[in-house]
Order: sequence, then structure tokens, then C-alpha cells
Amino acid sequence: MNLSILLAAPKPADLTPLWVIVGYLVLLMALGVFSTRFFRGTSNDFFVASRSIGPFMLLMSIFGTTMTGFALVGSSAETYTTGIGVYGLMASWSGLIHSACFFLVGIKLWAFGKKYGYLTQCQYFTDRFESPTLGYLLFPVLVLLIIPYLLVGLIASGSAITGLTGPVGPNAGYFPETFAATKGAIPKSISHAVIAGVVLVYVFLGGVRSTVWANTFQTLVFMATGVITITLVAKALGGPVEATRAVLEKAPQGLAREGKMSHLQFFSYAFVPLSVGMFPHLFQHWLTAKSAKSFRLSVVAHPIFIMIVWVPCVMIGVWATAATMPNGSPMTFTNANQVLPKMVSVLVHSPWITGILVAGILAAIMSSLDSQFMCLSTMFTNDIVVRATGGKRFSDKQLLWLGRGFVIFIVAVTYALSLIKLPVNVFDLGVWCFSGFGGLFPLVFAAVYWKRATKLGVITSLLATASVWAGLLIYDLTVYKKTHTGGEDMLIGGVMPVAIIFSVCVLTLVLVSLATAPPAPATVAKFFPEKR
Amino acid sequence: MPMKNKTIWILFTLMFVLHHDFWFWGDTSLVLGFLPVGLAYHAGFSLAAAMLWLSAVKFAWPTDLERWADEESTNAGDRA
Repeated sequence: MNLSILLAAPKPADLTPLWVIVGYLVLLMALGVFSTRFFRGTSNDFFVASRSIGPFMLLMSIFGTTMTGFALVGSSAETYTTGIGVYGLMASWSGLIHSACFFLVGIKLWAFGKKYGYLTQCQYFTDRFESPTLGYLLFPVLVLLIIPYLLVGLIASGSAITGLTGPVGPNAGYFPETFAATKGAIPKSISHAVIAGVVLVYVFLGGVRSTVWANTFQTLVFMATGVITITLVAKALGGPVEATRAVLEKAPQGLAREGKMSHLQFFSYAFVPLSVGMFPHLFQHWLTAKSAKSFRLSVVAHPIFIMIVWVPCVMIGVWATAATMPNGSPMTFTNANQVLPKMVSVLVHSPWITGILVAGILAAIMSSLDSQFMCLSTMFTNDIVVRATGGKRFSDKQLLWLGRGFVIFIVAVTYALSLIKLPVNVFDLGVWCFSGFGGLFPLVFAAVYWKRATKLGVITSLLATASVWAGLLIYDLTVYKKTHTGGEDMLIGGVMPVAIIFSVCVLTLVLVSLATAPPAPATVAKFFPEKR
Repeated sequence: MPMKNKTIWILFTLMFVLHHDFWFWGDTSLVLGFLPVGLAYHAGFSLAAAMLWLSAVKFAWPTDLERWADEESTNAGDRA
């Protein structure tokens, strides 16, 4: 995301925003290091925090993990182009569906994890369907789906720093002599390394426990950012009533959904938030819960937290459609992602607030990034190394260091990939990650609730879903995006692709399961305990 | 399924249906003088969702599952 516009008001030589960001990153790293005081030095603590996380930190870590930079920058950008319907499309659906996933799937998976000692989704699916093959097939699918999501996070957070320090108009960037090639901007090789390095330090030292602590802090930061930003922007526009009155006069269409989105599209977005049911990083956070009761606060407060973050950003996106520059000319944006930063820089005109805004954006992005690094390390350690060696070969200390080794490996690979020019736009791939995980949701739901689901049903469904997902993705990137350059969603029969992928998953799962032999009674008894 | 659980799932279905507020689709009127009615409705929907899940936690909590999970593990413990 290009945040160079943030410096439109303050002079390039004013390094205050950068110092605010440095302060934030140092504080984050210090908190991560401090949290290692509670680290118990075992692999179990590294991977699942010894299943000891209470309600408040579980809420903050889960919320921070599910929200990305899109919640701040993307929400205002989408509102600017599509109107207020974006909130219903993404935020209110998520409030209802995410909590449903936590309540219906998360608590169950936590219970199985605690009872049978699972650390990864592959372990659970392998046991539930008595099929090592399923575990081996699921692993690459989950890894391939999570990598673009991870890359988006690293590139977006690095770009925030590079963009902030870059040239604006005739003015050079922050460090014109040191970084002449980038006109004074901190090069992406350094900004990506800084973000990856900060996350690496605390994830390496304290594993998921440090991730939970860091996420709690980051969630507080980005929630506060949204509230501070709307307060200051509204004040600059003469108050919220005056700001909206201007929109009603100049661009009233953004205040409704007519002509902005279809009914089918609006409805089919319901499938997107189902992705949380299959996110490996969320699965890992669920396993950290101290008890089932720890979930209660997350289930109830999650929709309210979404509202607290999204409503201010949506309102700023609405107000941007009628905002004016100090000279009275209409405010324009070269791309919609500039809406939030430009509204702040032009209207609030404070380098401190600029710094806080970028820190808030980084917080939203990094609170997902750390969990994804952590979950991939856990999967590589347990689903590949431990499994291949039978699990008996390593001492607990060795497992801990294996996990740490994989954290370094994954961060290094992600960093290297973030610097390579890929043949496809990684942000387009990121959007498809949600469709992939959302499309796979029937697998976890059936695993938890349908006794008759069979391993062949699940394997066939996994392969069919992955194939349809890949086919639609290739079509979108190679055909659709070339003919539709306005950035509009690809729809199939008026609905989001995730609805089609989800339907394929359900159909193949049900049909093949019914056509094949049911699972062994002992397996059913193991995963469907009798009520007492 | 106990009556309380049924009620929660009926309410969930109702919420699912009520999400599609076609009646505010083209409405640009404002609530409190600044909040578009379509946004106010969905912000209220988020609060209603929180209320729904509060009811679920209170009346449809999986006590059996919780008790089962808290019993001594039948396995060798954590795999790592």
C-alpha cells in the first residue's frame, strides 16, 4: 500500500512519523521479549502456550489474527468506491459467522486438541478419518493457501514504511543521500527485513505465547487508531453531522447500496468469513485456550470489536467522497487505498497522528503475520519432521529447537519471496486465500458434526475443492483480470466464487461419503463422546 | 436437541435472513443526523449478533463437551 501521501502536509525532513513507528516496533519487541519470562521452556509451551491462555488474551489474539490491514485501509478504500454496503458485505457477516465458527467448531476442536494432544489440523484430520493420506494431502493445500496471505502481510507492512519515507511531489524522501536510488525512501529490502526481523525475534523466543502477548498489544493499538482517527477527521470536517451533510449534497449514492452491488453478491459474501473455520493459525490459537470457558468472551465480543474497528473507517470512506482540500477543490485519490492516509494527512495535519496511523496499520498487519509464521513452523515441525520420524526420535528440547529453526526458515523464505517480482499480483492471490479456506469449511464442519463422513468422502472433496479453486483462480488471473481492469470482483452467475467452491466441497463430500463404507465404530465413539 | 438450543438456532436463522436488509437498499436517510441508515442497521446487526452469542453462551453452552475435555486425557498427552 502506498502511504507516501501521508507526507503531503509535513515536510519530508520531519522524521516524527518514523520515530513513532520505531517507538512502536521497539515497544512491540520489548513486550514480546518480556513475555518470554512466562515461557516454560517446553515444546508444548512453544506450540500451544501449554493450553493456558485465558479469556481476555484469547479474545485479543483471535481478533488480532482475524483482522488484517484491510480492516483499516481496505475498508475505507472499498467504502469510497462501493459505498456503505461494504460494512454489511464484510463486517456484519463476519460478526455473525466468525462467532458461529468459534462456538460451533472452535470449542469442539479445542476439546479434541486437549483430549488427544493435537497441535495441528493435519493431526486431527488424520485421526478423525483414520487416514495418514488425508494428512499428507491436507498439508500442502493449507501451506499453499497460507503463503500468499503471509506474503501480502509482509509486503504491505514493508510498503507502509517504504511509502511513508518516500518522495512526495518535488520533495525528496527521508534519506535522499543514503538511499539515492529510491529517492530517499527506505528500500523495501530493508523495510521488509525490519518487519520480518521484529516478528522473528519474539516468535523465535516465546513461540505462540509471545505471539499472544504481542497480538493483545497490537489489537489495542489498531483499535485505538480507528477511534482516534475518526475523532480527529470528524472534528476537521466540522463534526460528523456536517461531514455527512456534505456527502448527502455532493455524493449521496455512497450512503446506500442501490447500483453499487447486487443482492446475490451481497448474500454470497456470507461464505467468505467461513474461512476462519479452516485457518491453521486460528486453529492454533483455539488450542491455546485454558478451558472451554475461555472462548466465551471471544464468541460474544468479536462482533462488537469488528464494529468498533470498521464503523469509523467506513465513515471516513464515506466522508472522503465529499471532502475538499484546504483551497476548496475536491479531494482526489490516485488509488482508493490512499483514502485513509490522505484524509488524515490533509485534514488532521499532524506528524504524530501520521505516525500513529501507520503504527496502527502495521499492528493490524503484524498481528496476523506472527500467527501465520508460528502456525507454519508448528506444521512443518509436527506434520513433517515428527511424523516422518515417528515422534520418538526427538527430546522435548530438540522439538523446541526444531520449531525455532522452522520459524527462522519460514521467515527467511517469506522475506526472500517478498523481494522477488512474482508473475502474479500477490494481493490478488491473497483474496483467493479466503475463498480457498472458506470453500474448505464443510470439511471441518462435517468432521466435527457428521458421523457418516468418510475418509474417501473427505479426500475426494479436498481434491475436488482444490481443483475447482485452482481453476477459478487461474481463470481470474489470466482471463478475467485482463478484461476487467476496474478491480471489480469476479462473479459467477452473480455470486462470489467461494459460493461455488463451497458447493463443490459439500456435494462431493456428501455423495462420496454416502457411497463409501462408514468409519469404524471406535473412531466414531472417539470423536462423538456420549452426552452425560 | 433441548428447547433452549433450538431457540438459539432459530434466532441464528432469523439473523441470517435479517442480514439481507433489502428495505434499506436505496435509502439514504440518516440516523442521529450523520449515520447512513443502512450502516446504522448493520452496526445494530453487529450488536444483535453479540446478544445472540451471549444467549448461546448462557443457554446453549456445551457443558458435556467441556466436562469430557476436562477429564483425564486418554492419550499420552500432547504429541510434541
